[in-house]
Amino acid sequence: MSVTELEFQAHAVESAPAEAIEGRSQWQLTWRRLLHDRMAIASMIVIALMVLIAIFAPVIASIVGHGPEQAFPNTGTTVSGTPVGPGTNGFVLGTDYIGRDLLVRVVYGARISLFVGILTTAIATVAGVSIGLIAGYFGGFVDTVLARFIDSALAFPFIVLALALAAVFSPSLTIVIGVITFFSWAGISRIVRGQTLSLKEKEYIEAARSLGAGPWRIMFIDILPNLMGPVLVLATLYIPTAVIFEATLSFLGIGIPEPTPSWGSILAEAQTYYQIAWWYVVFPALALLITTLAFNLLGDGIRDAMDPRTERIFAAARARKGRRKKKQGQAAADGSAELAGPSAGTR
Amino acid sequence: MGIVRFLIRRIFTGLIVLWIVATGTFLLFFTRPVEVVARQLAGRSATPQTIETVIRNLGLNDPIHTQYLRFLNQIVHGNLGFSYYSQVPVKTILAQDLPITASVVIGGLVLWLAVGLTVGVISATKARSTFDRVSTVGVLAGISMPTFVLGELLILAVFVPLNQHGFHWIQTGYSGLSKGFIPWVGHMILPWITLATVQAAVYTRLSRGSLLDTMGEDYIRTARAKGLTERRVIMRHGLRAALTPVVSQLGIDVGALLGGVIVVEQVFSLPGLGYDSVNAIATGNLPVIIGFVIVAAAFVVVANIIVDLAYAGLDPRVRIS
Repeated sequence: MSVTELEFQAHAVESAPAEAIEGRSQWQLTWRRLLHDRMAIASMIVIALMVLIAIFAPVIASIVGHGPEQAFPNTGTTVSGTPVGPGTNGFVLGTDYIGRDLLVRVVYGARISLFVGILTTAIATVAGVSIGLIAGYFGGFVDTVLARFIDSALAFPFIVLALALAAVFSPSLTIVIGVITFFSWAGISRIVRGQTLSLKEKEYIEAARSLGAGPWRIMFIDILPNLMGPVLVLATLYIPTAVIFEATLSFLGIGIPEPTPSWGSILAEAQTYYQIAWWYVVFPALALLITTLAFNLLGDGIRDAMDPRTERIFAAARARKGRRKKKQGQAAADGSAELAGPSAGTR
Repeated sequence: MGIVRFLIRRIFTGLIVLWIVATGTFLLFFTRPVEVVARQLAGRSATPQTIETVIRNLGLNDPIHTQYLRFLNQIVHGNLGFSYYSQVPVKTILAQDLPITASVVIGGLVLWLAVGLTVGVISATKARSTFDRVSTVGVLAGISMPTFVLGELLILAVFVPLNQHGFHWIQTGYSGLSKGFIPWVGHMILPWITLATVQAAVYTRLSRGSLLDTMGEDYIRTARAKGLTERRVIMRHGLRAALTPVVSQLGIDVGALLGGVIVVEQVFSLPGLGYDSVNAIATGNLPVIIGFVIVAAAFVVVANIIVDLAYAGLDPRVRIS
């Protein structure tokens, strides 16, 4: 009997299709789940479009025939010197207060927003992850000092520092990037530190240590890969925050200096024209909103896709088993507030 | 006894924080070439004579440690210098601005917590209901909305059309409480909504997640098993524990509140602390900026002490020490 069973098994193994069962990595699983999330797909497309618009801004400008800083006092303003509306004299989205093409300005604004958003998030992520890992792994005195530092950076009113810096140095792209980075790394550090604190107690870390691995190897080769999920989610959610930071600073006149177009500074100029030029406010505001919304939706989508509990919840919701049970399952999934992302507060 | 000791300790650490901020401000503003500092303190259109006078009067040629001690001494005595623009003491400007900024902060804070917590709690108790779905979408829109954009859109969509149709209650600018409560609210309502919306979105998300987490705890089951009404279970047993992360987030968001106030005052032309400090940048009015930075730091310190007290009041496991 045992022989037949063995034979049977051998046969089963042989006849199995070569690629029928393939181990899927965590990333593959996440990616598959993400592809089922229609909102996430839509936001990825929107982000890709925005990036393309930013890259090809000069092409768009040359098609329209208007430069980003080029004013058209004759065709671009009315007789009384106010902006002209959308569709007038070849200005698709209208003009601004000195007759510059709003479409071209908004398109060039995407360059600044995305550049600042992505660059600051990248720097802040590297710094935040390193500091969080070091604080969490070494513990003790190092942790006490770094944790204090993280807390103070989190609680510091960033606009106040930006104001003080702008008072001393004239506003520039470098200062904007510096200020935003300085206020973004701490949130990432806090999460990474917390995760490291629990991960370093795991058996496989002990195993690595007993094999003679040093602290840096353990931190960056054993612990870091396990943190990539939460860090990716956080980074995606920090990009829109950084975009809003930049726009806010430029709006207050302490961000990107004139005449470089930034969505924030365009909206600041528009303030005088509420009564007569709605397009001056609406189009840059829409560009800003669409961008931040897309990144936030994508971040939420990635988080849901990473969370193995999400699938269980959907399954539970479909099966509609006992009401009580369902409630508890949701509580577990919805409660993962730990990755709630950057507090909007930071603006 | 415990509370008094806690307060003394916190006030002491608060003073240290203020000292660090003052030192940082001093280093940032005064450790540059004398000419540059004098020019900034005297204003952009100052004549060489004025700059000479400023250097002499403020002792900018003194050794740096003498200047530092004098700077600290003046702050301790509440002397923050004079606005070069109007020759008014900075202290007077800050005192004039304070009621306006306080109006924005208090109203906005009440609205943000009331809306954030209410929507969060209803969403959590009716998870996956239509209300919950709508509020989740609203939260996402709110989080993606920069404060100043919301303010501008409100002006464009509410203030302008209403005033064009002869409805003048809602206004921009400021009207003091002394001119009546109703006009005051009319001037403040849009700033409050603007300041509160973004933060309310964050707090909705936070309180919903936190309450859902808490409602899965064993002691909630026990409370239900005791036969308490669901309302009582949520309000007495669930909410109290669920509020602790919300309150600790509030401590972090105090700084953000300040940032929001600066933006809101700018959008609605409210001549408060934030408005004047942004204008001070534009005119290079350094004394006002220094005054604002120090007042802002003091505000953050005081608010954090209040938040910590509230935290201990909510969570019996947290001992004040």
